[in-house]
Amino acid sequence: METTGGQAVRVRGLRKRYGTARTGWKQAVAGVDLDVGRGEVVAVLGPNGAGKTTTVEILEGFRARDDGEVLVLGEDPARADRAWRARIGVVLQDSRDLGELTVGEVVRATARSYPEPRDPAELIATVGLEEKARTRLRALSGGQRRRLDVALGIVGRPELLFLDEPTTGFDPQARRTFWELVESLRDGGTTILLTTHYLDEAARLADRVVVVREGVVVAEGPPGTLGGAEARTPLVSWMQDGAPRSEVTDRPTELVARLAREAAGPDGEVPHLQVVRPSLEDVYLSLIGAEVGAVGTTTGAQTGTAAEEGTR
Amino acid sequence: MSTHTARPTGRGRLPGIWSLALARASVELRSFTRERDAVVFVFLYPILMLALFATVFGSEQAGSAGTGVDFARYFLPGMIATGIMLSSFQTLALAIAVERDDGTLKRLRATPLPASAYFLGKVAQVLAVATVQTAVLIAIAALAYDVPLPSEAGAWLTFAWVFVLGTATGSVLGVAFSSAVRSGRSASAVVIPVVLVLQFTSGVFFPFYSLPAWLQTAASLFPLKWLAQGLRSVFLPPEMVSLEPSGSWQLGLTAGVLAVWLVAGLVVGIRTFRWRRHDDG
Repeated sequence: METTGGQAVRVRGLRKRYGTARTGWKQAVAGVDLDVGRGEVVAVLGPNGAGKTTTVEILEGFRARDDGEVLVLGEDPARADRAWRARIGVVLQDSRDLGELTVGEVVRATARSYPEPRDPAELIATVGLEEKARTRLRALSGGQRRRLDVALGIVGRPELLFLDEPTTGFDPQARRTFWELVESLRDGGTTILLTTHYLDEAARLADRVVVVREGVVVAEGPPGTLGGAEARTPLVSWMQDGAPRSEVTDRPTELVARLAREAAGPDGEVPHLQVVRPSLEDVYLSLIGAEVGAVGTTTGAQTGTAAEEGTR
Repeated sequence: MSTHTARPTGRGRLPGIWSLALARASVELRSFTRERDAVVFVFLYPILMLALFATVFGSEQAGSAGTGVDFARYFLPGMIATGIMLSSFQTLALAIAVERDDGTLKRLRATPLPASAYFLGKVAQVLAVATVQTAVLIAIAALAYDVPLPSEAGAWLTFAWVFVLGTATGSVLGVAFSSAVRSGRSASAVVIPVVLVLQFTSGVFFPFYSLPAWLQTAASLFPLKWLAQGLRSVFLPPEMVSLEPSGSWQLGLTAGVLAVWLVAGLVVGIRTFRWRRHDDG
């Protein structure tokens, strides 16, 4: 096997199910392939229960997998040692621990575990908690707490950082501040694997988005191209003879001109005329809303979009 | 597959276990002393109880005619024993159950901190608290209630091994028992009744000789009775041995029972310890 110098994460055919023979099985991850290149920011996007956290926790070495091939920084997380843990950074979902310690104490204590940690005081300033260095954790706001979690995740200068739903429950201002922090890490060359169910977050932070649904990857690509070019084809909708009509077309201007001639009312207006270029959100919703089996192709995704638009 | 030597260069060595254990001990001690509940109900509790018993029963004697001592003197070993149990068993069972529930353990698991350093930090915290607590108990008994302290080296040697073995057993059992707690919220409801029942049946709050025989037998299955008995052998005058149900301090048996619990706790603790919550997959 070749070295994974250019690759931080390589996953093939990952499977994991929960449950027992008695209670029945739930297939949380049903054959996921995933690649993350060095220096890349990849967002795993999907609804709750899609298998995002299970996948990431297998990559972090917290869970055993049932099947599949997993290499993280060239090693199998299931057999990873301290040296490997020193090379990754993990920001878990919710955190409410260590309440009685101060920000400074927690960062300094965590830094002790790593061979070449960042300077704790500088790091606290980087995440904007300078004034809170002597504050106990229980007194931090949700956004401050999350920025501290990131500080603890990167204090060991990880080559790969896992962020699991980092901004759930944030107000817009806290989210923006958090994004800026992640962007500065990205610009510093840290490889980041992010899970989120916020589309705007994935679009803003990620080089590449992987959409998962019911344990499988249903789409993958840079945020701007997700779902393929056809998924972005404009949709023209209008009312004709009392019924809603719509058409997906590459040439919306031509269609509108034709409608102006053929479907306009006495006042020269086409009733309820709209030209909509499906947003990333439309594409995403169609991806996770459609049946898994039907989504392999962009046509499937597009049909879903058109149908959804048509009903509005 | 032999790509493991291709580590990135420039990576320093991982810190040693002992320096990490020391760092953990400092974190643990700070957390403990800032948790007001823990300070009151673990550290101060036996001290307050000793003061209370000594004051309430100040004029009375424990024992029978001819072989009696002041209540303060009789209860000192029991209060030291209960302090050791609170500082080791109760503290660790509660703390680890809560840390498992609130994600501390999972967070630590994601770092290169070795598990041994985590447990050494806990042990250091327990030892520090138990040592200071025991010293304060002995000092108060001696200074405020005129309890005479043993002068022979042999008694202090017995004290040393009973203290160390009792603390070790309590710590290991605390780690093991933490796995029986299913959530942080239920932790004290699960742990404290165990502690209370043992305190009432092991000669801590009542003189052990005044308990019915069947209760004495039942209490003999558990380590606290032996811990208290071992400490009575240190702090009570030799003639008080006649009040022990067996007529002897049974130091060999004490060491044996504590050691069996220590080993059993280790086996169970290692097999059941989890870094994640019960409901977390």
